[in-house]
Amino acid sequence: MDISHALLIPMIPLLIFLVLGVFYNKIKPAVSGYVGVMGMLVSFGLSIYTAYQYFLVNGQIDGVYQSISQKTVWMRFTDTLHIDMGVLIDPISVMMLVVVSTISLMVQIYSRGYMKGDSGYTKFFAYLSLFTFSMFGLVLATNLFQIYIFWELVGVSSFLLIGYYYTKPSAVAAAKKAFIVTRFADFGFLIGILIIGYYTGTYDFETLNQPDGAAILSWTSGSFMGLSILTWALILIFIGGAGKSAMFPLHIWLPDAMEGPTPVSALIHAATMVVAGVFLVARLFPMYYFVEDGFALQVVAYVGAFSALFAAVIAVTQTDIKRVLAFSTMSQLGYMMLALGVSGYEGHEGVGYTASMFHLFTHAMFKALLFLGAGSVIHAVHSNYLKDMGGLRKFMPLTNITFLVAALAISGVPPLAGFWSKDEILVAAFEQNKLIYLVGVLVAGLTAFYIFRIYFGIFWGKETQYKHPPQESPASMTLPLVILAFLSIVVGFIPFSEFISADKAGFEGHLNYPLAAIATAVGLVGIGLAYFFYKKENDLSDRFVHAFGQFYTWTFHKFYFDELYLFITKKILFKNVSYPIAYFDKKYVDGTMEGVGNKTVWFSEKIKKIQSGRLQDYAFAFVSGVVVLALIFVYFLKN
Amino acid sequence: MITDISLYEVLTITTLLFFIGVYGFITRKNLISMLISVELILNASVLNFVFFNQYLYPEMLQGAIFSIFIIAVAAAETALAVAIIINLYRKISSVEVADVENMKY
Repeated sequence: MDISHALLIPMIPLLIFLVLGVFYNKIKPAVSGYVGVMGMLVSFGLSIYTAYQYFLVNGQIDGVYQSISQKTVWMRFTDTLHIDMGVLIDPISVMMLVVVSTISLMVQIYSRGYMKGDSGYTKFFAYLSLFTFSMFGLVLATNLFQIYIFWELVGVSSFLLIGYYYTKPSAVAAAKKAFIVTRFADFGFLIGILIIGYYTGTYDFETLNQPDGAAILSWTSGSFMGLSILTWALILIFIGGAGKSAMFPLHIWLPDAMEGPTPVSALIHAATMVVAGVFLVARLFPMYYFVEDGFALQVVAYVGAFSALFAAVIAVTQTDIKRVLAFSTMSQLGYMMLALGVSGYEGHEGVGYTASMFHLFTHAMFKALLFLGAGSVIHAVHSNYLKDMGGLRKFMPLTNITFLVAALAISGVPPLAGFWSKDEILVAAFEQNKLIYLVGVLVAGLTAFYIFRIYFGIFWGKETQYKHPPQESPASMTLPLVILAFLSIVVGFIPFSEFISADKAGFEGHLNYPLAAIATAVGLVGIGLAYFFYKKENDLSDRFVHAFGQFYTWTFHKFYFDELYLFITKKILFKNVSYPIAYFDKKYVDGTMEGVGNKTVWFSEKIKKIQSGRLQDYAFAFVSGVVVLALIFVYFLKN
Repeated sequence: MITDISLYEVLTITTLLFFIGVYGFITRKNLISMLISVELILNASVLNFVFFNQYLYPEMLQGAIFSIFIIAVAAAETALAVAIIINLYRKISSVEVADVENMKY
């Protein structure tokens, strides 16, 4: 299969970024929006074409999807250890291409309406293109180092876009926080990469992922603290992934990242960048599964399950609708991690892997839709807070309907997209680990409850009096909403298990009716509770808040994790480590260098009197020098 | 050539001439006097060239030609120096060394 056109997919956004970035002042805002959208349209078309060619025409050989790569050696260390640059086409990368290009296209169209009149319009589209380029590069990476490079690039573009409103101190702080937290996690990732490079002698995914390959067999080569070194490397790589995917306890940056413009939240912090962590684990899945009987995979499963529950509980109490969605994203990412964690490898055993990727796919659609819908509401009301909203269904019918579709999809109501993927995750969890299954069901209920809490809060609830009656958003914003709503309804019917599975062979997926019924029932109970609590204005929710008392306060403050981190960094790290080191640096390191400089100046001040400017002084010095030299030559250096 | 005069006497004279020039160059306060002192130094060396030529290689003329060369260079140099001094005088109405201290640090 010819994959040379796959290289164009990331290159087009890069080109647009360069054009918009270089001619930033010369391009009219109206033009830059079209340039961005048109470029994305081409990338989108190519991605769909690639997916069609790969999945339906000629990606398979003997029923197994092939990994096709095209690469050149970039840096050579030894014959086996070299860093390549290239593109790798396999089921998950093609699936991610479709996700990233679809969501990017929708968000760019939406941004043309949402960002209208903003002074940095062109800059915004340039950043979006940079992000899209980096994300394409990440999913197409052929080896660990290439993925790491693009991993950092998406981090940078996320930093730029969170801090887009750079005059707002909270946005600046959020951007820094996101960058530092993920960077901290990436440190683990880098160490993991280096360990893998050292022990297996390769960075290449295709070599690393052969189930019977040397990379996986070499795990016995050494152990550290009771675990093999390769397991440690995988756990460290997972820490990198957990940082990007906002897993507990590295989740603190994601809610704050909502300071960025809403389209950015939809693109980066809901659908694409944050799933990079899940993608990374999926990319190295054979390693996670085979090295030391999948110990690292167990870590993934428990961290994912805990994050899912933790975030869902917090999401119930938040009043900023974007933060509710942020915690919801974290919770759903936990779901995907959990699914990977309980997955097997061959045939139907690998249902968790399939389910995780399926959920990634469907979640991207409906979560982007939720964010874009929230953006539409915020655009109309000019507030992020639930208290400023209510009864909006009369003013914004289209937003109302599309938001409802997304909310039903995330709650797992059949036959929408979320139902199918969530069901598969729960099936996988049920077969492997009952505890994780219970957590999954509980989270499903909580998800339905909190999402309908904000849905009723925004579109029903109290009849808020608005100063200016809110208006439905322009067509450029509602069009993506409608398209995404359509996708949220239909993508669940894609027979995902035949396309994407851990061993790439595919299997026949089927619905597990009892489990599906339980999950749906739990979801409906959550929706029902939200209906009673929030459909009409009443004090039911307040009474429950009182019943929970202290627990509610804790949850409302996100279990004080921000404060805990601030305490650890400011009070302990900065005070006891950073300040002494900074003092030493200023006083002694800088002091030495400054001392040398100051002494030189002082000395030259002293001797500059010699330069009198009088001709005779110089002549005298010259003559006496000649005389002294002559004496030396005559008396001391005779021969 | 005066055969009675030995190289020793001639060298004494040129050395005296040279150091008179050096002394004048260092002690004179006037730029014109300094220029004259430089001329003395040059003439001392020219004399040396001529005498050494005569004593060592009487049949050749390189020393004499070199001395003419030096005289030409000295003339050019003097013209330049005088031009500078005249310009200086126009600017500060003085040719005293003490007044030309602008080169100081």
